[in-house]
Amino acid sequence: MSAHIEIPYNVDERPDTGLYNAKLGVWLFLASEVMLFGALFSSYVLLRTGADSWESGHQILNWKLAMLNTFVLIGSSVTMVMSWSALKMKNLAKFKVYMGLTFLCGVGFLVIKSIEYHAKFEHGLLPNRSTFMAIYFTMTGLHGLHVIGGMIVNGYLLGPGSKMWLTEPQRFTNRIEVAGLYWHFVDLVWIFLFPTLYLLPGK
Amino acid sequence: MSEAIQKQIKLYLIIGLALFVGTVLTVWVADLKVAIMTGIVIAVVIASIKSFLVAGYFMHLFHERKLIYQVLLLTAVFIVVMIGLFIFAFGDQQGAHHGIFNVPVKHVTPADAGHGAAAHDASAPAHHE
Repeated sequence: MSAHIEIPYNVDERPDTGLYNAKLGVWLFLASEVMLFGALFSSYVLLRTGADSWESGHQILNWKLAMLNTFVLIGSSVTMVMSWSALKMKNLAKFKVYMGLTFLCGVGFLVIKSIEYHAKFEHGLLPNRSTFMAIYFTMTGLHGLHVIGGMIVNGYLLGPGSKMWLTEPQRFTNRIEVAGLYWHFVDLVWIFLFPTLYLLPGK
Repeated sequence: MSEAIQKQIKLYLIIGLALFVGTVLTVWVADLKVAIMTGIVIAVVIASIKSFLVAGYFMHLFHERKLIYQVLLLTAVFIVVMIGLFIFAFGDQQGAHHGIFNVPVKHVTPADAGHGAAAHDASAPAHHE
């Protein structure tokens, strides 16, 4: 015999916060993520300011591939928000199409990134070459890990997790909303990484 | 409700298009022959506008509860404090002629500190005992 425990406020809003719990939880998590990437961006600025010379990302990195990746991530953000809208219109089939596209965009991003990394390794452009290359691999690598994390969640929600739609549609819609918040944040970080690493001139 | 969502979807597509245009603009600006600092400022401004669109529309931040704004405000305060600490740590370089704010920095030798003497200029010859 097992006891059924009802988890409160996963659909309804808490009277004191005006939010369902998962949403507040994800925003708090994103606040910690802002601190993490904020620390790395600050480190970049200070290392660059303090260095006598700094390599030009525009010259040694493949900014065209990075630009393509920017388009891919922006596209994935659009499809992610469309998947949430599809659930709002109670259309699971459409949700699956848009979420599938979001997942594919994630795969595309990682494939392009791995092509870029491979070219760097081939040319001996490793983290020990310079401070610039070290921070390039640190920031893009950490961002890539975040993309993988988002894809795991999105993959689950696209596959086995979507069964929840049949029993608790509103809770499932909320899950997509908070997964979307995370995914858009990952896109947002890339929006700053792209010009910082790939376009700024050296000195 | 369905009609409202249809309108929202159109808005999402327009925002997506604006983000694509913003990306092209960022690359175009990077190719302009401007001073490094001007280039950095333009790149940061475009990235900020793009992130404003993502956060405001895709993350629904324009229609969010007060508590979320409070959380983000607290995060912003911590970010400013953290960056401030980095800047002051960077500026606090004993022995350097100029700190980050272009203020002459005095160098305090262990001998000065031990005898309670006033600090002297870093450019003065060092004491050898």
